[in-house]
Amino acid sequence: MAGIDHAPPPFFKRGPAPLALLTFYIAISLAVFVLDLRFRSLNLLRQSIALLVDPVQRVAQTPGSLVDYANNYLQGLQALQQENNALKHAQLNTAPNLQRLLQLEVENERLRKLLSVKEREKANGQVAQILYTARDPFSRKVIVDKGQQSGIVAGQPAIDEAGVVGQVTRVFPFSAEITLITDKDQAVPVQIVRSGQRSVVFGLGNGQLELRYMPANADVQEGDILVTSGLDGIYLPGFPVAKVINIERDSAYSFARIFCVPVAGVENFGEIMVLDPRQPLPPAPPESASRESGTDKMTVRQKNRAKKSN
Amino acid sequence: MQPTFSSSRILLPVRPWFIFLSLIAAVLLNFLPTAHWPAMPDWVALVLCFWSVREFRRVGMGWAFILGLLMDVADGSVLGQHCFAYVLLAYVSTAASRRLLWFPLAQQALQVMPLLLGAQLVQALMRLAVGAEFPGLTYFIGPLIGALLWIPATFILLLPQYQPVEQDPDRPI
Repeated sequence: MAGIDHAPPPFFKRGPAPLALLTFYIAISLAVFVLDLRFRSLNLLRQSIALLVDPVQRVAQTPGSLVDYANNYLQGLQALQQENNALKHAQLNTAPNLQRLLQLEVENERLRKLLSVKEREKANGQVAQILYTARDPFSRKVIVDKGQQSGIVAGQPAIDEAGVVGQVTRVFPFSAEITLITDKDQAVPVQIVRSGQRSVVFGLGNGQLELRYMPANADVQEGDILVTSGLDGIYLPGFPVAKVINIERDSAYSFARIFCVPVAGVENFGEIMVLDPRQPLPPAPPESASRESGTDKMTVRQKNRAKKSN
Repeated sequence: MQPTFSSSRILLPVRPWFIFLSLIAAVLLNFLPTAHWPAMPDWVALVLCFWSVREFRRVGMGWAFILGLLMDVADGSVLGQHCFAYVLLAYVSTAASRRLLWFPLAQQALQVMPLLLGAQLVQALMRLAVGAEFPGLTYFIGPLIGALLWIPATFILLLPQYQPVEQDPDRPI
């Protein structure tokens, strides 16, 4: 029978009572939960466990990547040739703009000097391969194959060939975790290309994004492209982020509900570019006392949220 | 012949390394890319529940806590989320172990289902309380599948403990 134990039960050395142990472990778990979530002070513990877990996780991912590799290998000559032709075509299409880009950049630099405006920052970065999606079903994160070894730091933005993908949120010795822009409440400061209006776009968690705190009569249309505004000191200005697909203007609410989809292939696997951190912005001028009134509360809160998510 | 309430089969003592190995295997199963498929069970919770029912003196809340930390880091979730759920699961299954093993396997699976579901529910509540998105109802189908897997898991995990069928007639055990 299964219930019978073979070793005699230890009569004298029994350790703490189960309920005491349960209380102990639950207290530790809750403490760790709060410390990690609110104060983010357990990064060292996480990194040291990750050092142990990460190689195992990579090994566990190999069957999947082998299947991918085999698929690629057996794709066939014709498909590859077609893709090659399409790529050549696309390259030719972008050639007129690209060939003049260098000249334009030099001209821009010269003109900016003439106007004594600060020079534009150049976007440099390093290419990283997405290893796998984090298993946590409550958030949208991916793990890439570059970490502290390659000089990645938390906060760096990540882009693909179409636009912004996300932001590095945690760095491990040999890998880094990128929170996608569609993660719930992940904020990106943006600007509408057509009207130049600035706002902040938030992830909704279901693959879409929402432009919050825009008045119901704001000049936004379906199909508008949102690009990074660069006001945050994290994202360089001008990278496409999202496209407006649906606007609900309800007079019962003071804000319009504006839904967008990401421009970049946020849910795709492949290579992404992790951009270098920006140079620090010049110090903000001191705020005048008279402007600190109720009307500015919203923007202050927005900024705080954007800052928090970074 | 299987070790059910009606069986007279006596199991060999469990080998500690096999418990360790099965827990590591469960962690590996959780790391596989299949973990992203909808309604996949949490293998670690299942195996942990199994051993805390069968061998509560060897596998308990300490193991649950360590495995929880591992899964938290591997998942990229908040530290402490899996720890909390697994520790609770280990405690409740240890408390239920004396009663649970008297039932036939199918009824055991039925009783394990609320335990696994509870572990999942606790995690969901913890994350929703701090403002995460709702992962959808498929998140709660995983434990139901896990409870069904209790039956094959029992056979597989007890395999090294079965005695050889031909026994010495002079010795009853």
